[in-house]
This record gives sequence, structure tokens and C-alpha cells, in this order.
Amino acid sequence: MALTASERLPQNPTLQPTSPRRETQTGSPIGWGLGILLPLTLAVGWEFAVWYGLSSGRLLPPPSRIFATFKDLSANGELLRHALATSARVAAGFGLGVLAGTLLGAATGYSTLASRVVDPTLQGLRSIPSIAWVPLFILWLGIYEASKVTLIAVGVFFPVYLGVMGAIASVDRKIVEVGRIFRLSGPALVGRILLPAILPAYVVALRGGLGLGWMFVVAAEFMGASEGLGYLLVDGQQLGKPDQIVAAIIAFAVLGKLADGLLAAAFRPFLRWQDAFQAGPS
Amino acid sequence: MSAPSAGSAATLAIDQVSKTYANGTHALHAVSLTVSAGEIVAVIGGSGCGKSTLLRIVSGLDQPTAGDVRVGRRRITQPLPEVGMIFQEPRLLPWLTVAQNVAFGIDSLPRAERDDRVAAVLDKVGLAEYGPRWPRELSGGQSQRVAIARALVARPSVLLLDEPFSALDAFTRLDLQEHLLDLWAETRPTLVLVTHDIDEALLLADRIVVMRPDPGRIAITLPINLPRPRDRLSAFYEDEKRRVLRALDETLSFRHTRKVEVDSYDI
Repeated sequence: MALTASERLPQNPTLQPTSPRRETQTGSPIGWGLGILLPLTLAVGWEFAVWYGLSSGRLLPPPSRIFATFKDLSANGELLRHALATSARVAAGFGLGVLAGTLLGAATGYSTLASRVVDPTLQGLRSIPSIAWVPLFILWLGIYEASKVTLIAVGVFFPVYLGVMGAIASVDRKIVEVGRIFRLSGPALVGRILLPAILPAYVVALRGGLGLGWMFVVAAEFMGASEGLGYLLVDGQQLGKPDQIVAAIIAFAVLGKLADGLLAAAFRPFLRWQDAFQAGPS
Repeated sequence: MSAPSAGSAATLAIDQVSKTYANGTHALHAVSLTVSAGEIVAVIGGSGCGKSTLLRIVSGLDQPTAGDVRVGRRRITQPLPEVGMIFQEPRLLPWLTVAQNVAFGIDSLPRAERDDRVAAVLDKVGLAEYGPRWPRELSGGQSQRVAIARALVARPSVLLLDEPFSALDAFTRLDLQEHLLDLWAETRPTLVLVTHDIDEALLLADRIVVMRPDPGRIAITLPINLPRPRDRLSAFYEDEKRRVLRALDETLSFRHTRKVEVDSYDI
């Protein structure tokens, strides 16, 4: 598809790399509207069902009541406090997990010896459901922050580790040879060939890790917390406040999406060359 | 390690080079070949005759098991700035623009000189306006031009080409073969071209080296006595081609008997 007869294209006077002319997937308002239609219908339908007394809405509060709870929690600063506590735990656990996953993944991807020594143990540990660590972490690290952050870090670690190891192992030998022909070695080879080559897979691994971080923070906050969105969930269950539970769930969704978006945006300038997966021959 | 040096041609001396891979494959056996400064040598042969292995050893990417390779007086044990390499595939780095790809090997130069050289060489390969583009926006022929530019911009005195045009369509191939000759004529580096295309060898080379497999070694060397620029349609060219084909037939029939031996051995 790349072999066109005309080798000469219209003059391109810009000095910036040209950006691909591609429609964004969710760009058309019709497509976006279709996607929002189903949840919107369900929400409005439920609202009316409660409104007309078809349901008491006690176990599943209608959108208006959830919105009111959301507003109350935001107004007195409660929601912000809990969201910050949860975000801080995720950030700390994510940082530690990414650091460990990147270092160990790089070591095992780069060196066969390291892979032989370390990888079987890590794969063994990976097969343990991470929640199973909770009692042990509490015994070792106490009931407060350390055990929570550790659990999140464990959850983040594995996708990052696997992603980095796999990405390094699958770097095209032919591209590495280009570096060698130009006499790159050691840090220069890593910086100019290996890092850019693994970056797309690395970003995918980081996003996967971040998603698991949000999942594990809930588990961590279930095991006893005095603040955090997970605490709001437990509190809502114990005091029978489903509107608070749903509000906390929505806060999780918004935060998770926001964090993922920020992460993706942070790396986007470095991945401009990639043009998603519809890219031409690479 | 010296900076990329000026592109005066250098003699390439391959002396009794043998290569046995770790798995026991005897890829090359006592290959000796001297390519004089500014000469174009085409190495042809079927697959598995060790011609790519030979080129990889000359480039410094692989080490010979025995023998040595020298460029000028310098022994090649690792990739050297004076030896450039163009692969079968363009092997452009997808995360760099065309201009950045071309500049990849000369980043030790001052910025201004680097930019000048990149602009000049892109102009020479006919891609002057393509500097800011991404590799994926190029056609196969354009990509290989960029790969040629990337090798030439470092001004190597020896340029190695490993079946550089074999993945291209016939029209693009003809175009690039002639283009390569134009570029070569400017600085006249020593050129070693591995190919399996006899026409390509006849069009470009001063000398054709025919290799034979099991183990890889040089079967015959044929000087090509055609004036340049060469015309594929001339009677001289036809005569020369017939001579080369006849010589190839003899080595091929020899290879055929060897091949039968190997097949029975495999069973």
C-alpha cells in the first residue's frame, strides 16, 4: 500500500512534522450521541419510575437524589477530602509499583541471566491473587497507610513488569543493528533505540497498571480506613446510604478516567509518530 | 574513535575469512577478496551461500571465526565510521522524522553543519521537502532513499549494500539503481553490493564475485568490461550478460551436485 507510483508529493513548507489527517474516532456528534443514548435513557427512565411511585428508590436511588448527595458531599468538602486521600494512596502505590516493575522488567528483558534467576519467582508470585496478601501486609505493616500503599504497589507492579519485559524482548533486532552500525552502545543504545522503541508498549503497561491501582485502592480501603472513597463505600453500606455508595462509585469513575487521560496526555507528545494502530507500514 | 571522516575511498581487504556459527553452521570458508578504492564489487549467489554473512563481518556487526578484514590499514572488529551499511529493508527509526533519521549517525557534528549535510543529502536523493515527515508517510522506494541518505551523510569511504533494492518493484528498483550510481560518482566510495539480481550486478559492478554454498566461498570472480554509463539494451550488455550467465551455469551445476549430497545427508 505504501508503494505509490508518484514519488513526489505537493510541497510541504512547514518545519513541524506533519500530523496525520485522520478523523478522530469519536469526533462526529452523531457517534457520540449514540453512545450516550443508552445510559441517558436508563437514567431518565429510572428517575420517572421513582417519580411516579413505581419504585421507592430506596435501594437504588434515582439520579436526582444521587446528584443531591454528590452536591452535599462536595459542598462541605467531604468528597474532596476522601478523593484526595484515595488519590494520594493510588499515586504512592502507583509510583512504587511502576518503579519496581520498570527496574525488574528492564533487568529481565535485557539480561537472560536476570530473567532466568528472577522471572520464575515473580511469575509464581503473580499467580497469587493479590488480595490474598492483605492479612500478611496488615500483620507486617500495620493497619494504616503502609499496608494499603504496598497492596496497591503489588497490583501495579505486575502489568508494568510484564509490559516492560515483553517490550524489551520484542524490540526489533534489525533496529538495534542500525544503532550498532552507528557505533552506539550502552546508555546511548538504550536512550536512542531501546527506550523509544518500547515506549508505546510501556505506556500501555502503565495505563494497565494505573487501572489496577484504582482497583486495589478499593480493596485496600475496605480493609479499614477512616477516609477515602473506599471508606465512603463501606460507610454507605453499613449505614444504608446507597446514594452515598453510588456517588463514591461515580467519583471513582471520574478520577480513574481523569488519571488515565492525564497519563496518556503526558506521553502523547512522544508518541505522535505512532498514529494509533491504523498506522501504515512501520 | 574518530568522528565520521571525509569520504575518500579506501581499499577493502578481506583475508582468509571463515565463519562458523555457534550452532555449527559453516557459513564461510577462507574467503579472500580485495576491493580497490572506488571499485564497485557485486557479490552474487543463491541464498545460504554466505554473502550476507560476509557483508555483516565486513560491517563489523559479526566477528569472523578466522581471518581478518581491513579497511585501509585499519582492522575491522566493530562497526567503523568509515564503513557505511544499507540493509535490505530501510530500517528507519519510526519515532524520528526523515531528517532526524538521516542525521542519526552524525549527531556528534555541530548543529549547523549537521543540518546542512542533511539538507544536502536529502536534496541529492530527491527528497528535499521530506525532512519533517514521518517514515510511515513514505513509500517503500522513498524509505530506501532515506536509508541511502542516512548511510551517505556520514561520508563513508566504504559502503556496503545488502540486497538494497530486492524488496522494491521493478520500476523503483531501476530508478534507484541509476540514482545510486549518480551518488557513487560524486565521492566514489568503495562499494560492495550483495544481490541476487544478475542485471543489477551487471548494471552497477566493475567486478562480479560469485559465491557457492556449503560452506560459503568464492566460486569465481568475473570482471565486467562494459563502459559506463551502461545501457541494458546494447549488444555489448547482452554479450556480457551471456558470458556471466554461462559462468554462473557452470558454478550452479557444481552447486547442484553439492546440494544433492546435502539433501541425502539431511535424511
